[in-house]
Amino acid sequence: MLDDFFTRAVLAGLGLALVAGPLGCFVVWRRMAYFGDSTAHAAILGVALALAFDVSIYAGTLAVAVVMAVTVAALVSRGQAMDTMLGVLSHSALAFGLVAISFVPGARSDLSGYLFGDILAVGRSDLVLIWGGAALVLAVLMIRWQRLLTSSLNEELAMAAGIDPRVERLVLSLALAVVVALAIRVVGSLLISAMLIVPAAAARGWAGSPERMAAGAALVAAASVGLGMWASLRLDSPAGPTIVTVAAIFFVASQMLRRR
Amino acid sequence: MSALIEAEALTINRPDTAVTVLERVDFRIRPGEIVTVVGPNGSGKSSLVRALLGHMPLAGGRVSRRAGLRIGYVPQKVHVDTAIPMNVRRFLSLPRRVSDAEAEAALTRTGVPGLGQRQLTQLSGGQFQRVLLARALLADPHLLVLDEPTQGLDQPGIVAFYQLIDEVRRQTGAAVLMVSHDLLVVMRSSDRVICLNGHVCCEGTPEHVSNAPEYRALFGAEAQGMLALYRHHHDHDHDGTAAGHVHGPGCDHDHSHA
Repeated sequence: MLDDFFTRAVLAGLGLALVAGPLGCFVVWRRMAYFGDSTAHAAILGVALALAFDVSIYAGTLAVAVVMAVTVAALVSRGQAMDTMLGVLSHSALAFGLVAISFVPGARSDLSGYLFGDILAVGRSDLVLIWGGAALVLAVLMIRWQRLLTSSLNEELAMAAGIDPRVERLVLSLALAVVVALAIRVVGSLLISAMLIVPAAAARGWAGSPERMAAGAALVAAASVGLGMWASLRLDSPAGPTIVTVAAIFFVASQMLRRR
Repeated sequence: MSALIEAEALTINRPDTAVTVLERVDFRIRPGEIVTVVGPNGSGKSSLVRALLGHMPLAGGRVSRRAGLRIGYVPQKVHVDTAIPMNVRRFLSLPRRVSDAEAEAALTRTGVPGLGQRQLTQLSGGQFQRVLLARALLADPHLLVLDEPTQGLDQPGIVAFYQLIDEVRRQTGAAVLMVSHDLLVVMRSSDRVICLNGHVCCEGTPEHVSNAPEYRALFGAEAQGMLALYRHHHDHDHDGTAAGHVHGPGCDHDHSHA
């Protein structure tokens, strides 16, 4: 079954969807959308470095994403003018990455694969990494759920309960970096934050509790992968953007049904 | 009886700066006591509370909390983002999970029974404060710490809230440390009032305070009274070392240190 490239692609997308949904909820709850963007955009720089030094794409993107995530987390907790700062970082990271990758011989032709994903090229080892990484991040989220949730809701209340909000912020930053590294093959650097935010936003309208919103986001993300892959096959459209398009349609539908 | 929290010569700087917010404050609260901290905006009330809780680094002095002290805390202006779907019942189980019976008992005690399924963002200001109080009580605290708990409530709401605090104190025996702006109500419901303005300006029991002619004058003209108590000659000058001194019960002192 795994011999089929299409099956592998769907499985890779589902693995990402299961973790992107719940993690994306934290991105929405904590208003970290730009944070996700900057970390995801930095991944392109990671690709450039990985190609230049001939290491795994995952290792390169993970390393750069971790550095970026920790930097941004530190800036945010220091209370810089976040909006502007993150805007600068996000787009600079992308620009630096694109410039860097243009110096790597042969990488230019693959550029759109790194920007928008190349899910059909996912191999068995990619699958192992994606599912392993997704399981790891999900396990961390589940184990720390109460703490993460409390400190996302209100940092003062968290501190009063003996929770250090800085630790929880760091945990989320690192989780985000891991998911960015996993997602680079599936939806690409430009659409990673879409996979985080759009399903979570779609689930928000229906959910009455944080747990239901997290589960709903995972479901929407998974359905987007399934339908998106099917549609991209039918329409011969690029897979990553088609998946995000389906997720966006889910979002619009959820908004319209919610209004009633 | 030993103090629940005791602070000596507490000095606090604004985070990451050398600007002093509070200077050499001595503080203690004993079991069962209601202590209220009043003072103008920026006088370091919240900083004092946060330092006593250990949420803030000290620039000087020391704070000791009794071993095993359980604190129920209601922070100032808890803002709940609409992005997080959360009903009252779920909120009460953060971060420590409590049973439905415990949750409902706490809500009943604070006068908001049956609110469990309501979303936090749909609560009125008064309801939300009562839910926060219920959550604080679930810790079975020795000490309740409330930072401006009646902000945004109307006058009847304020009076009702303080009655509730008093009731809770009588039922549970918990001490209460409050920061407040509602001077008149506070005067009636506290055992001790501390007035801050970068240091302890004055401190005393409301009984003593209310016997003072100045205080009666304050109650005579409410609006003016509030203002007078706020002002109470905060512009006096201490020559540095005198900070942290304690005046008599009358807050309306008028003096200068040479």
